[in-house]
This record gives sequence, C-alpha cells and structure tokens, in this order.
Amino acid sequence: MRYLPKSPSDRDQMLREIGVRSIDDLFAPIPPDAQVKGGLNIPRQMAESEILDYFRQRASENALGYSSFLGAGAYNHYRPVVIDSLISRGEFFTAYTPYQPEISQGTLQSIFEFQTMICELTGMEVANASMYDGSTAATESVMMADRITGRTGAVVARSVHPEYREVLATYAKNQGMSIAEVGYQENGRADLSELEEAITDKTSCVLIQSPNFFGTLEDVAAVADIAHKKGALLVVAIAEAVSLGIVRPPVEADVVAMEAQSFGVPVGFGGPYAGVIATKEKFVRQIPGRLVGETVDRQGRRGFVLTLSTREQHIRREKATSNICTNQALIALMATIFMTVYGREGIRELAQQNLAKAAYAAEEFGRKGKVLFSGAPRFNEFVVQTKEEPRAINDRLLERKIVGGFPLKKFYPELGNAALWCCTELTTRAAIDAAAKEVA
Amino acid sequence: MSDRDIKKATTQVNQNEGLIMEKSSPGKKGYKLPPLDVPAVNISKMLGDLERRDDIAAELPEVSEIEIIRHFTRISTWNYAVDYGMYPLGSCTMKYNARINEVVARLDGLAGAHPYQPEKLSQGAMKILQLLSECLIEITGMDAITLQPAAGAHGELTGVLLVRAYLESQGNPRKKILIPDSAHGTNPATAAIAGYAVENLKSNQKGMIDLNALEKQVTEDIAALMLTNPSTIGVYESDIHHIAGILHRKGALLYMDGANMNALCGKTQPGKNGVDVMHLNLHKTFSTPHGGGGPGSGPVACKKILEPFLPTPVVIEKSDGTLGFDYNRPKSIGRVRAFYGNFGMHVRALAYILANGPDGLRQTTEDAVLNANYIRKKLEGIYELPYKTQTLHEVVFNDRIQQRKGVKTGDIAKRLIDYGFHSYTVSFPLIVPGALMIEPTESESKEELDLFIDAMKAIAKEAEDEPDTVLNAPHTTRISRLDEVRAARQPILRWKKQAKYAAE
Repeated sequence: MRYLPKSPSDRDQMLREIGVRSIDDLFAPIPPDAQVKGGLNIPRQMAESEILDYFRQRASENALGYSSFLGAGAYNHYRPVVIDSLISRGEFFTAYTPYQPEISQGTLQSIFEFQTMICELTGMEVANASMYDGSTAATESVMMADRITGRTGAVVARSVHPEYREVLATYAKNQGMSIAEVGYQENGRADLSELEEAITDKTSCVLIQSPNFFGTLEDVAAVADIAHKKGALLVVAIAEAVSLGIVRPPVEADVVAMEAQSFGVPVGFGGPYAGVIATKEKFVRQIPGRLVGETVDRQGRRGFVLTLSTREQHIRREKATSNICTNQALIALMATIFMTVYGREGIRELAQQNLAKAAYAAEEFGRKGKVLFSGAPRFNEFVVQTKEEPRAINDRLLERKIVGGFPLKKFYPELGNAALWCCTELTTRAAIDAAAKEVA
Repeated sequence: MSDRDIKKATTQVNQNEGLIMEKSSPGKKGYKLPPLDVPAVNISKMLGDLERRDDIAAELPEVSEIEIIRHFTRISTWNYAVDYGMYPLGSCTMKYNARINEVVARLDGLAGAHPYQPEKLSQGAMKILQLLSECLIEITGMDAITLQPAAGAHGELTGVLLVRAYLESQGNPRKKILIPDSAHGTNPATAAIAGYAVENLKSNQKGMIDLNALEKQVTEDIAALMLTNPSTIGVYESDIHHIAGILHRKGALLYMDGANMNALCGKTQPGKNGVDVMHLNLHKTFSTPHGGGGPGSGPVACKKILEPFLPTPVVIEKSDGTLGFDYNRPKSIGRVRAFYGNFGMHVRALAYILANGPDGLRQTTEDAVLNANYIRKKLEGIYELPYKTQTLHEVVFNDRIQQRKGVKTGDIAKRLIDYGFHSYTVSFPLIVPGALMIEPTESESKEELDLFIDAMKAIAKEAEDEPDTVLNAPHTTRISRLDEVRAARQPILRWKKQAKYAAE
C-alpha cells in the first residue's frame, strides 16, 4: 500500500523488538470469532490513475458547463485562484486544532483575522471561529438565546431557509423548546403583526433571515423593536454573505448566524461550508464553539490562543454551551482569503454587481411571468410565478444548458407555480436573456 | 543539549508578519471584476434605508495579490503539520492526507455541483454517496447509514437522537445515557443536547468497562451506553458482546463512539459484535484533512431497527434505475444539517478507501497498532504506564516519574516541539492524571518512530538532570509560552484600528 512507509523487514524487526511473534498477537484482545475473515467486501485497491478515472466519470455524470440560476442557500460566486493555492499548503490543511499555540500561530492568526473581518461585516462585536454551516449556526444561536434569557422557545419567520428551520426543529424537539412559525406579507417580509402576537413571555428569541429565503431584505430594526419590547432577543440569519457588501448590517440584532459559503467556498453539492455566530460582547460567554484571543508570550510578543474554553465540552462536559468540538477552520480560511482579496471596496462592488444582475433579470422575467414580493428591497434572488409548472420551464432550459430557478412548491405550496431565481456576478446577460424567453 | 543532539529539527529563517489588517491602505486592490453587462442600478433608490453607507462600511483590508500570497504563506510556516512530521495527538488520528483526494474533490463536476441541481444532473454525486455508504456499512458491519452529520460530535448527536426516536417508538424514550469516565467530553455534552441526563460509569482497574457495575447501573431508565472502543486508553473492550447483552436485556442500546476506528478498520466489524449505532470520523480514520480544526464529517451507521429514523433525505434507487433523494420518511428524526452533509469530505474518504481496498485497510490498521505498541515497548519504564492492559492504536503514559522534579505532561509536550515533533495529547483522558496520550498512526516509518522515541528519552533525561530546560520549553519556536490566563481574563477577540499592542 503506497501510503504505508514500511518494508516487510521493518515490520518483522518491530515485532521482534516488541517481543511478539506475529501481528496477530497484537490483536489478541479482539476475540478470534469477532475478527473479519477473508477481507472486507469493498472494491479492490486501485491505482491513483484509476481513482482519478473513477471520479472523473462521476463528475461527468453531473451538470457540467451549465449556466445556473440556483441560489437558495448555496451561491455560485467566483473563487479567486489564490484561495486554493494558499489553502493547499500542507501547513494549513494537514494541521489540526491549534492546541499547541507555539506551533500553530498560522492557524490561530488567520482565525483571529477571520473573527475581525466577520465583526466588521456583520456589525457585531465578537464572532466565533466558525460553526458547521448556516443551518447549525442558526440553531445554535437559538439555543444560545435560550441560555441568555432563561426562556425556551423561538418565534421563527417562515421566510427563513426551510432547511434551516428543519434543523432547528430537530434540535428543538428534544430540548422541550417550542417553535412558533409566522408567515410573510405580500412584500415577502415577515408578517410583523403575526410576529408580535406570537411572542410570549416564554419566547427567548425571534429568528429571521435577511436577505430572506425569497431574496427580500427584512426590516431588521422593526423586528428588533418588537422582539426587544417583549424581552426576547433577535437572531438574524444570513445565508448570502455577499449581501453585506451593500446591505446595512443587522446591528440591531443580538446574534447574527451567518453562512460564509458565498465567500470563496465551492457550492460542492452542499458542503463543507462554514457557519458563523457573531454577537455582542456581553453575550460572549454563552457563544458556542471555539474562540481565538490575543495575548502575549513570556517576552511580551503578540500571539494568539484558543480562549474562554471553559464554555466548551472538553472542560464542561454535559454543562457545556454546545457539544461542538471542531470548527470549519480551513473553510473559514477560504472566507478570510476571499474577504482579503475583495477588501473594503471590492466587497461593495461585488455586491453591486449582484444587485444589478438580479434587478435586470427580475425585470426581464417580469415581462411574461409575475415577479412576486415587489414593494420591499431585494438582493440577488427573487421569486417568479408562472402559468406553467417551473419544472416544465426548467426542462426546456436544460436543453439550452441552463439550470433554471429553484421550484418552491415543496416548501411553499401556497405560491403555486413559483420558483426562486438567483443571479450573481457570474450570471451573464446572455444567460438571463435566454432564460427570460422560456419563462412564461 | 546541543543542536546536534536534535536529529530531526534545525532552525531556519522565520519571517515576521503582522495582521493583514495592518497592511491595508486605501486604494490597494487584490481583485478585478469584469465590466457589468447589464444596466447599473441606483442603489439608494433600490435599498433606501437598508443601504450600507460609508459610516458603517465593512473595514476589510485593502491589499494587493502579492501581499495576500506572502501574508498567508508566511503565517502558514508558523504551523506544524502532518506534512512536516509525526503528529502524535492521541485520539485525533493525524495520518497522511493523500493528494489524490484533494485533486478529485476539486473536479468541476463535483466541487461545482449545486445541491439543488436536478437529480438527473446529480447522478455522479449520488453514486459517490451510495458507494461510500456501501463501503462504510461493510466496514462497520451495520445495515444502514447517514452521511449528513458534519463532524464527530454532530454524528454523536444524530446517533443519540436515533436511539431516542427508536425508544420513543417503543413507548418510552427513557431518561439517561451511561457514559464511562474515560469518554471524550463531546459524549456527555451530546447526551445533554439530546435531552438526556448523564450517568457516569466508572472504569475498572484495567481501564475497561466494569461488567458488574454496568449490570447494576443499567435500569429501565437507561437509554444507551456511549462506548468508545477501543477506549481512550487504547484498550479494546473484549467483552463487548456481554456489554451489549446487558444493555439489550434491559431494552437499552449500545452506541459506539467510532473515534478510534483506526484500530479496528478491516479487522473487526462493530455491528457484528453487538453495537447498535456508531459514528465514524472521516477526518480521522478515513484521512480527510483536519484543516487546522475542520471541516470534519461524522457519518452514523446503524442497525436495521434504527433505519426508519435516519435523517432526511436518504439516497435511494428509483424505479427507473437512477438515484434520487427520498424525503418521504415519516419516522425520521428530521434534518441535522442543510443539504446532504460535507460532500467534499465524502469524496475524499471514498478516494482513500479506493486507494486502500480491503487489504490496504487491514494493513493500515495493523501498522497503526504495530507503531503504537513499538512506542509503548520502547518508552515503558521511562514514562509510567498506568494501565498495563494490552493496547491497540494508542498508548497512554503519565508523568508521575517526571513530576518528582516538577516536570508535568504539558512541559514535556512543549519540549517535544524543540525536537521537531508535534506534541501528543495532554491531560486526557481524565482517568489518567498527568496523561501523555500518544497515537502515532500508520503513517510513521520506523525511522521517524525511532527519532520520536529518542526525543522522548532525551526529554526524560532532561527532566531528571536539567528540569528547567523542560519547564521553559519550547526554546526554538518564534514565540514562547503564551499567557492563556490573560487571554481569558481580558479577552481580545478581534483587531481594532486604535488598539495598542505590547509588541509595538
């Protein structure tokens, strides 16, 4: 086996020095009848060239060379090549959790930079070193609100990503947490009066998403007022992080749960991505997951360490803020490099392009279809209602090498023949024009 | 100690580098967008009050491309990594990360696949999910699997929720999860999040499950035992059949934490030995890179009785022979993550399994166990071995001998850095006070192991003759020991423009 650095004589010599006759002696604790006989029934050992071949074939069975209008929580933005160039350094991708800070300053400093940039973007005061993804970040934010307020239960807008809500439901069910869902108005925003009514003195937080699942920007300040008046916190989920280049950050929120996939992370059939939790300084001891902090060494030189770990499972065990152990360090590094590449001006320009492309597309699609939820600002996604089934439209588009919008019937049957369309800076005018012809 | 005593490491020029934010100056650019091919929009008109105005602009760094490359390259050299050498962190399984895995995970058709693209255009991705599932089911000896959990602890939660859902369907979810005192901290934290109380199970003198204690503690209140096998001291629970029997007789289930599967892969199948449900860490046993702390991936394999409760969706073969996602699973515990899990890690794990085949996986496990036992043999007596029980893939010593001169496991770990190695796991498991937990994995040659053993022996001698050298280690790193107390007391968790630093 080419990954194993031992000759047969190395093995023999080591066995002799250990003082056993054969390798079987070292496996004696496993009773003979519990041991695998005759080898596992899995594919035979392959050469590197065969492995490459196998995956190339699988890749070719997926969509290749299509223009795509899919967003809905996974966004196709351009990934600057320096990202892969840098994260392919073995020092980054073959290191582990920075438990020994003296030989992990690369990882630690990059996470500190990540935390800093996420605070800048979200308008929050502290950010953690990342969570699994946006759905689990949103869920853990609600659990965090429970701990802060001593209440158990959330009011959740139906305009939050349906799969985020499903994950929250899974966690909530087993913690005696009640979840009340509230609908949306004609402009696509969460229904504020319904929301106000749903908040009780047991509600720990309100969870909204902005831009929401329909691409509409929520009135965060108004929702914050309503929540805070009743002693509940506001958690704002953000699935499309690029929006923060041009959209006012949700500074009125108590917790921001963000998916950072838009920042240089491949859509990759759904993962790995990186979630983030950002919040106010006063809540830092209730934040789940890893945190990197600045300190000094014995000579007074600046350095970084994992800190405030008394919140975490390896110390607190069943009393920890969360059971999370890992973060998504390498994905957070991708996001850090992406944010650095674009910088203060670039992130704005990038967001502007997304806004312009989606505005153009909405106008073009609106000629024959009906663009829902006008009357509130949107970012780079919008919902189009058509006479025809979205799937039928999409089938025609596939012949033109276009993947159409995401049909909403599964999650929002009340919207009828509706689909969620997304444009990014990578969506060309030609693709928009071609798709618009088929949307009716 | 002189430099020539250290065989593995030498010093080299190490570049200084500030924070990227400190290199920023207005007008520098690392990007170029293509010209907009649609009409520009009036942002204020479109967004109104929701526009992000200059007064709250995101102050991201403004730097050029060469500065970005140099910045991250320089700081990367401050990390130790598997690519540099042995990384014997016990229970983390820091093995070689094959390059082919990285290449195939980046193929356009895989990395560029949108999770919601039509199923007929996702057949390749679904075939990968299916083949990986089949392989992992065979490796674990189970009946079914979900690949959705994003990490080990996430897998634990999924597994415990499966147990809960199953017991609920039998009429009573029960109240408690039994957890041995040697377990990882994630186990009790997981049980709590799944809505269970935690009951501690004391290990016996061999560091193993005490069957008599277990028999007494398993009541109708116990939902499951979370068992790490081999345990965190590397000991295989030879009585796993009896353990399962005790639980099953009382209607409880056996959960296995598969963190240490690198000791078993290809040698024994837990599902055929009484385990009802277990998670795997693809980033440990199946070589997906640790990436400085993630991403991981924590598939959960289970027996037939738990299958109806698996998270949605699952990949199924449809009547037309193509693959599809099945969302219609009324008994499911629900989703634990958006989409289908860390697909990029699934691709890498499958590439690893294909590179090994059945014989490679078995040889890998044998080498991992051989390496750990070789270290044990060579260092026993120099470091105290608190449990003499035969061990598999890792060995846990304690610092009792060195403590006589005031040298603790954390100090020895720091000194090991000067010898060119990453430290072992310090102060874990909790049943071994002053633990040195060493897991070499299969990826180390005899030469590298001998260097490690020499280093550990040299440090033991230093601890005796010149303890200050060890107490003040590391001496060769770019920074010395960091003030962790200060970091926690006055947390500085982000950079600010105005901040004054001690370094300045």
